[in-house]
Amino acid sequence: MNLFVLLKAFLVGGSLCLIGQLLIDRTKLTPARILVAYVVAGVLLGGLGIYQHLIDFAGAGATVPLTGFGALLAKGTRQAIQEQGPLGILSGGLTACAPGVAGAIVLSLLAGFFSRSKDKP
Amino acid sequence: MGLTPKDYQQMSQEASPPSRTVKNGAMAFLIGGSICTLGQIVLELLKSMGMEQDQASALVSLSLVLLSVLLTSFGLYDRVARIAGAGTLVPITGFANAMSSAAIEFRSEGLVLGLGAKMFSIAGPVLVYGISAGVLYGLIYYFIR
Repeated sequence: MNLFVLLKAFLVGGSLCLIGQLLIDRTKLTPARILVAYVVAGVLLGGLGIYQHLIDFAGAGATVPLTGFGALLAKGTRQAIQEQGPLGILSGGLTACAPGVAGAIVLSLLAGFFSRSKDKP
Repeated sequence: MGLTPKDYQQMSQEASPPSRTVKNGAMAFLIGGSICTLGQIVLELLKSMGMEQDQASALVSLSLVLLSVLLTSFGLYDRVARIAGAGTLVPITGFANAMSSAAIEFRSEGLVLGLGAKMFSIAGPVLVYGISAGVLYGLIYYFIR
């Protein structure tokens, strides 16, 4: 396994998290707002074709943070429009991110069934 | 307890915002970076098995989501999140943690309006604005490409 590839993923992914932490500490943004901002920023940067360069460079360092989720929404929308025409405007984004979203929903449902709520410390 | 002025100065320095910001930032960077590196390791393994980039990337997200929900179920994710801050929030694991921890916590309020609804208290806005931004982008792309 190429260690340089891992290092790039670490540095880029870490930097995206560092920006989020600075936003939490220095502004009044709540975690939910930061996640929304990251996804929308990802759609914007993905739509402009900028984010793909970051993915080519850092791999999972760019796709794992929530900006990568936004970029995937944009990419899926673009591909679906090319393949299916106008219907792709509505179908592309959800289709592209369906595995992650459906996986998170089903697994969270199972967790809700089988895991006991811990007393909050 | 006896505090010399020197002790006090040191304590106040440790508690002052700049050093806290630096420490929080460092932890977010290290732990967030580590989660992404873990994702990259899985990605490299899948690609070495001959999987295509896009498919491998989706599977990486899915495996991190699975890991996050498991750790959340055992109460471990929140423990790391207290130290890591945005380091555990920004990666896709944070999204999965927000959903599963709400599912576990609000199950007692019922399966529909508790578990089913509260699961989306943070994930919902992310999906609403993410999908809407995607559709807006799609409209622009369709008409000006």
